[in-house]
Amino acid sequence: MDFLLPLLLLLPLAGAVVVALLGSDGPRKALAMLVSLATFGASLGLLQNGSALTAGEAVLAFQRPWFPEVGLSLHLAADGISVWLVLLTTFIMPIAIGFSNRFVSDRLGQHLALLLLMETAMVGVFLAQDLVLFYTFFEFTLIPMYFLIGQWGSENRVYAALKFVMYTLLGSALMLVAIVAIFVQTGTFSIPEIAATLPATAGSTFQVLGFLAFALAFAVKIPLFPFHTWLPDAHVQAPTAGSIILAGVLLKMGTYGLLRLAMPFFPEAFASYAPLLIVLSLIGIVYGALVALKQQDVKSLVAYSSVSHMGFIVLGLAVANTQAVSGAVLQMVNHGLSTGALFLMVGLLYERRHTRLFSEFGGLWKSVPVYCGLLLITALSSVGLPSLNGFVGEFTILLGAWQVSPAAAAVASTGVILAAWYLLTAFRKLAQGEIRHQENEVGVLPDLQRSELMMIVPLVVMFFVIGLYPNLLLDHIVPAVEILLP
Amino acid sequence: MISLAWLLLLLPLAGMLINLVLGRVIGRRATAVVASGTVGGAFLLALSMAPAVFGSHDHHGATIHLWNWIDMGSLHVPMALLVDPLSLTMVLVVTGVGFLIHVYAIGYMEGDERFNRFFLYLNLFILAMLLLVLGDSFLTLFIGWEGVGLASFLLIGFWFDREDDLYGSFADCGKKAFIVNRIGDVGMILAMALIWSIVGSLEFNEVFHALEAGITIPATAVCLLLLLAVAGKSAQFPLYVWLPDAMAGPTPVSALIHAATMVTAGIYLMARTHAFWELSATASTTAAWVGVGTAFVAGTMALVQHDLKKVLAYSTVSQLGYMVLGAATGAFALAIFHLVTHAFFKALLFLSAGSVQHATHELDMRKLGGLQQKMPGTARCFLIGVLALAGIPIFSGFFSKDAILLSAFGKSPLLYAVGLITALITSVYAFRAWWLTFNGTPRDQEIHSHVHESGALMMVPLWILAGLAFVGGGLNLPVALTLERALEGVLGHHTPPPLQLEISLLAVSAVVAVTGWWLIRSTYHHAGWIDSVKATMKPLTKTARNRWYLDTLYDDGLVPTLHAASQWFTNVVDRILIDGIVNGSAQLAMNISRQARRVNNGQVPTYALSLFVGATVLVVVFWLAV
Repeated sequence: MDFLLPLLLLLPLAGAVVVALLGSDGPRKALAMLVSLATFGASLGLLQNGSALTAGEAVLAFQRPWFPEVGLSLHLAADGISVWLVLLTTFIMPIAIGFSNRFVSDRLGQHLALLLLMETAMVGVFLAQDLVLFYTFFEFTLIPMYFLIGQWGSENRVYAALKFVMYTLLGSALMLVAIVAIFVQTGTFSIPEIAATLPATAGSTFQVLGFLAFALAFAVKIPLFPFHTWLPDAHVQAPTAGSIILAGVLLKMGTYGLLRLAMPFFPEAFASYAPLLIVLSLIGIVYGALVALKQQDVKSLVAYSSVSHMGFIVLGLAVANTQAVSGAVLQMVNHGLSTGALFLMVGLLYERRHTRLFSEFGGLWKSVPVYCGLLLITALSSVGLPSLNGFVGEFTILLGAWQVSPAAAAVASTGVILAAWYLLTAFRKLAQGEIRHQENEVGVLPDLQRSELMMIVPLVVMFFVIGLYPNLLLDHIVPAVEILLP
Repeated sequence: MISLAWLLLLLPLAGMLINLVLGRVIGRRATAVVASGTVGGAFLLALSMAPAVFGSHDHHGATIHLWNWIDMGSLHVPMALLVDPLSLTMVLVVTGVGFLIHVYAIGYMEGDERFNRFFLYLNLFILAMLLLVLGDSFLTLFIGWEGVGLASFLLIGFWFDREDDLYGSFADCGKKAFIVNRIGDVGMILAMALIWSIVGSLEFNEVFHALEAGITIPATAVCLLLLLAVAGKSAQFPLYVWLPDAMAGPTPVSALIHAATMVTAGIYLMARTHAFWELSATASTTAAWVGVGTAFVAGTMALVQHDLKKVLAYSTVSQLGYMVLGAATGAFALAIFHLVTHAFFKALLFLSAGSVQHATHELDMRKLGGLQQKMPGTARCFLIGVLALAGIPIFSGFFSKDAILLSAFGKSPLLYAVGLITALITSVYAFRAWWLTFNGTPRDQEIHSHVHESGALMMVPLWILAGLAFVGGGLNLPVALTLERALEGVLGHHTPPPLQLEISLLAVSAVVAVTGWWLIRSTYHHAGWIDSVKATMKPLTKTARNRWYLDTLYDDGLVPTLHAASQWFTNVVDRILIDGIVNGSAQLAMNISRQARRVNNGQVPTYALSLFVGATVLVVVFWLAV
């Protein structure tokens, strides 16, 4: 099964082309859904080499020369970390497509094709073993997302789309320079080879500059405070499927890059800048949470909650011990599921009422009890309630952080309190209290339908599965993390 | 039998799932039967385990491994249950009192539109509470610990669309409870991080074994973090503020969760971690003062309430203070003893109050009075509860509270003195509530004319609890010390004080309790001297009415500050500062590119050129750096 990894890239790519060429919406919807489900099905094949993954090895390597003159190769492989991030991507994709199938009618073919292109690019980022290949996929994700926000977004979409692209491009321009410099230094673009040779050969100034170039690109993508202001704009303006993918997967490319590239390539610089990362992540945790508390728009509350939650992940990585880093990787998956689900829930509400302002809601638990029950579980998963997914990652990050700095763990733990505050406040404003608008009355506002339940229920099931049996993931993640850590 | 302990959890879980999936189909009666039946079943199961568990001499108890929960390098946390005399005592209280309250609730909640959902939440609560007391590690305990917080949030805000003058929005009360509890939970999380960093395990037996083996650990820090957790869950200073608001929930919830079981989780935690507390005199002394201080402050607030449930709520805070005092002075078994008797008499008091509310739709005692003629059964039950709470001899509270005062006396006469004054206050507010509600003449004829006694579904649980509140002291009579001996394996041996001292202090307590009754009797028989007593108490009354200004500090100080910070971050830091820099540099780039466009006739080449130039410069920089 050497071809499984390229298959995961080609399947959505081919799907995108065919979907764009098809003439009517019915077949487009069916094909896009079929392709995304097939990609998910195929990606389950990643788990077949369970024992190799448990040993921390990279599996299913695929390597073909690309531009051999400069040492470029199409080199893909998956270890325990990539496997679960790819599975996260392929799992979320059918849900995003399902949402667009149901609610988008304007230029649907292009919309779905862009979503499938995103999938190829994101999967590519998590599988690439060649630095240029990684960079290409990393940057390529910008293009479909730019169009998704710019074409299918809300009122202020053009500003948001431009801000998203400019922020990210500027962030990663320096990374390109650093990649060239690394090639000059090591003579290769192969990620494993660089990780093996660069730390020993690079001088300390090179390490510092290289680390800062990579870290800046990833800090913008994550986003780490103070590089986060593109995120609320992008989220608020993006169409729901865009938000789901953005929060669900795209942000993880930043933390993944930090872990896969910046940490192993520049271990000394990483160690000396870890305190800075810790401080910024702590500010992000508290700041994101406090700002979330005051948002009037449901989507921007969820966006700022992401700033806070991604802060936890960066904290885990910066702390750099087995518990914190494994917890951070687990939390990448968890945040993808929980925040993806939150954006999905907000989207379902928006499609009913065409507003996202808290002031337009209240008392929904009476009129749409199934929706509110699932919303509550989703919010609690994001709050980090034990027995749901978010807790295990958050707790192990705090546990790991305590080993390095009890003070950092204590500051981060205030995020645990604030998360309960802003998310329950959001739930209070949406679901509890009296119904104040007649559009929200019982019988007027429709509860979730079967097709909508099929989008949210798989996510909710995963909250419980990961919350009660995190070893399903940890068996693969922990060994891979232990190999990456110095 | 013990190996079937997982069934204890499966029963309420099954009840919950059945009612979630089939609730609408099977109807209300079946819902009620399923919900209470599963809890009753769990009680019988626990009862059948009792002989083996209490008879066992293995003080490690029995561990039932379910599955490996978290394995991460050197961190291993199994999902496992620990059945020992301590956890089983708690299980018996939770399922026993829980079952009675389930049955009562069938009558009480009759006619509520969300009847099915109510029982769903109650089963969720039982499930979480059982996991809390049965978890074999700090982390499995913590699942239940936060789980009961969730159940509490759901049940306080059960009528999420209601609001009134006393509570404001009920939904906000639920939210407040969850958030304040979370502050305590952070203490627990950090305590776990600290313990794990030194012991390398979170399982109780392994941690306590390491302590016995003499591992060096900052026990004071661990205990102070745990004390924060205790203060959150068991409503101690400065985190008790959520509990009085929790009374917005339906009364069976107040009885079960906010009096008999959930709020005692902190006491259970202290007992479970007694090995840490025994290592730190500093933390124990702090906890003792927090406990007795809370008992006193809450007692004074109970004195000045007009709402019957609020009296009982502050009384619960106060009684929990006694339990913390007991545990903090080393009498862990006695804290558990008072926990058990309190579960009986406080559940009884709440359910009697619920019976009043069911009949009158009113709990403002200024509008009640004289109810004993129309509700003789409820009145007798309430009176038994009052006698037990006030500590009148022979009733259960007399023995358990006095045992704690005795233990406090052993530590410090000052602690004892404050505890004794609080005992007087307790007796006064308990009899005051009785007098205002059931004695004298009705103050509102309109209400009084509709009053009727509650039905059998509500009265039978009341009578059973009344019986337990009466004889519950028998669990641990002086000299016999049955419960203390049963828990000795887990909690260690606690030397009883000299008998003479015990008898003298018992006598003092008895006098104090009766004095309370006499003060109230004099008040309501208009003895002239009582007014001068009241006058001297005026400043204290005023402070108590203002809830010792703690709520003011939070509501007008802390919360608005956080909101202001949030607003400032949003408007100033995010929108003006950071975005200002971002938009400003974008503007700058645009201007530069506009200049460049004149030269190059188009944007793309400019972009490519500048990228190329920039990249070259940087590559040179890197190259030089190598």
